[in-house]
Amino acid sequence: MTAEELKNLDVTKSVDARGTACPGPLLEAKKAIGTIKSGDIMEVLSADEGTRVDIPKWCGKQGHEYLGTIEESGYYKILLRKK
Amino acid sequence: MENDLNARLLELQSQIEMLKEKVETLESRKKDQLSIAIVSGDLDKILAAMIISVAAAAMDTSVKLFFSFWALSALRDKKKKVEGKDFISKMFGFMLPRGKNRLKLSKMNMCGMGPLMIRYLMKKQNVLSLEQMFREAGELGIEITVCEMSMNLMGFKPGEIIDYPNLRFAGAATFVADAGESSIQLFI
Repeated sequence: MTAEELKNLDVTKSVDARGTACPGPLLEAKKAIGTIKSGDIMEVLSADEGTRVDIPKWCGKQGHEYLGTIEESGYYKILLRKK
Repeated sequence: MENDLNARLLELQSQIEMLKEKVETLESRKKDQLSIAIVSGDLDKILAAMIISVAAAAMDTSVKLFFSFWALSALRDKKKKVEGKDFISKMFGFMLPRGKNRLKLSKMNMCGMGPLMIRYLMKKQNVLSLEQMFREAGELGIEITVCEMSMNLMGFKPGEIIDYPNLRFAGAATFVADAGESSIQLFI
């Protein structure tokens, strides 16, 4: 997906995990994914460089579709679609 | 000649069946599970063990922790006091850190300055504290097994161990059995 496409996605759930470091954002993502439906899109905001790499790995294991990451100033917006 | 071939075929068939069975049992033995034997009682090592455990649990991997020897210090509840200890047990209890907030660093401890600095940095960079990490671990269903033998050796009593939802006392065989069926095994 291009950056433009990522920005235009219809996000169902936004998880702001900028206040925690590894493995905090992963934990918050896990908690939040239970609240949305299959096919819904979730974004995770994280200031943590490790989380940017970890979330795609987590998606791979859980079967969620990792869509891409947008780099904002000072944090990342990581997008995924629930399995 | 044909009979020979048929016999050979039958033999191969039975061998394949046997192998299939073996593979199935081997596959079913390896669960999506992480087992860690935690022996060290240093702040940095307990921290590493808990971070890996919480990350694994967040990925829906079941986690089983086996606390033994020096690591028992991390499970002491500083508010709980028990009676009826002998002299050596009392000395051990006195000399070892009373709970996870009193642990030392394996390097750069500097009479307690190191742990203070680490805690300060962790707070500043929003890393979950050990206290929070244990709470999350409990909520995620991470199992803690306390080595009974080390407990006796160091004179700790079940009454001075922290309140934790999935905690049990057992022996080394429990770890061996748990680790045997885990796809990841670590020793810290």
